[in-house]
Amino acid sequence: MSVRIEGLTAGYGRQPVLRGLDLDVASGEVVVVAGPSGCGKSTLLRAVAGLLPITAGRVLVDGAEVRGTSRERALVFQDDGLLPWRTALRNVELPLALGGVGRAERRERAHAWLGRVGLAEFGHYLPRELSGGMRQRVQLARTLAQSPGLVLMDEPFGALDAQTRAAMQELVVEVLRETGTTTIFVTHDVDEAVRLGDRVVVLGAGEVAVRRDAILAVLGS
Amino acid sequence: MGGRWVVRLGSLAVGLLLWQVLTATGARIWLRFDQLPTVVEVAERFARQVRVPEFYQDLASSLGRIGLGFLLAASAGTALGVAVARSRLLADLVGPLLEVVRPIPAIALVPIAILLFPTDEQGIVFITFVAAFFPVLVSTRHAVRALPTIWEDAVRTMGGSRWQVLVKVVLPGTLPGVFGGLSVGVGVSWICVISAEMISGRFGVGYRTWQAYTVVDYPGVVVGMVTIGLLGWLTSSAVELLGRRVTRWLPREARA
Repeated sequence: MSVRIEGLTAGYGRQPVLRGLDLDVASGEVVVVAGPSGCGKSTLLRAVAGLLPITAGRVLVDGAEVRGTSRERALVFQDDGLLPWRTALRNVELPLALGGVGRAERRERAHAWLGRVGLAEFGHYLPRELSGGMRQRVQLARTLAQSPGLVLMDEPFGALDAQTRAAMQELVVEVLRETGTTTIFVTHDVDEAVRLGDRVVVLGAGEVAVRRDAILAVLGS
Repeated sequence: MGGRWVVRLGSLAVGLLLWQVLTATGARIWLRFDQLPTVVEVAERFARQVRVPEFYQDLASSLGRIGLGFLLAASAGTALGVAVARSRLLADLVGPLLEVVRPIPAIALVPIAILLFPTDEQGIVFITFVAAFFPVLVSTRHAVRALPTIWEDAVRTMGGSRWQVLVKVVLPGTLPGVFGGLSVGVGVSWICVISAEMISGRFGVGYRTWQAYTVVDYPGVVVGMVTIGLLGWLTSSAVELLGRRVTRWLPREARA
């Protein structure tokens, strides 16, 4: 799924956070958007997800203009976004249930995805009974169960400790590459940006685009 | 756990003992206890009362009125609370009306209820309904507005429709708040059903209690009061218990 963002202006209230942003993401590419807080990273994701009205410009996904939300564009939140009254398994089942998948099939698929993120034994746990890292894994399983064409990740590992964070990054890279999912990944952590992205876009500094190999070359020297 | 029960029962026993001593000795210490029935008199009266079929007819009347009025209030209050919180148009349309009617004590509507409804029975159910309706409405509206937006955003980006957001997020997410309103509502309902029965009932615990007062049957009055207390406690415990069952997902410190 390819994304073309043309002159995007969006924000909350009268003051736009993003002004005239252009960005192209090829199908299957993992683009990391980095930049300081308040530069509009989350605004960008919410606009692409269809949660935020666009003031000017447009967002095209596979050539079609974004108007509202869609199951094809999944958003992964920093604060897991799990429904606290549903068990881990039922949270992963949720996108399947919304899409009309039958009970037995969605249970089986949700269970498989939970296993994929290493939580097969924790299906019956409520979110509050799981650690922050486990909740993020459940969220990841839920997103993957949705099998969207585009995944928008909003600093999903921002609240995790370094070790859990590294393990999660590895898992995400592996799964996203394996499924060939187009991804826009937002972070303020340069290390994470370089590790995950095919390409790194720095927002807030006049929208500078940096290629992964260029950064690696700088870091390597 | 056992210790707490000893304390609870102990406090109840001390209260009863104090009552018995004050009334049996006919104490007049500014407050006049000599006119009040003793615990023993009330207990004897209670024992006699539970053998009279009328007693159960009264119980059934009051419980039926509470049951119907409260159920109507719970459904209407929740539905309208959600609707008003989710729709600006509805908030503008019915909001002002609700805000003007809300401060009127339900019991002050008795004259209107008598004029409005063909039977007293319907009037009493109406009073009970109004009493519980507003606490449920206000708590629900508040709970919907306080709902974290992230849950709704999550379901919308999963392709959830407006209706699915309502069913999968808004209703379950507001249940703790709704049950707060239901707990208050059931208490206010009892106050109002008893008062309405005293004014215009034919049966019911409130009616019976007032009858006992008019024929100078003071033990009868206290039996009525105790019965009301027990019924109120029973129904609010039922609401509480149900509330805890459906909100098990809350962190422990946030649970009732």
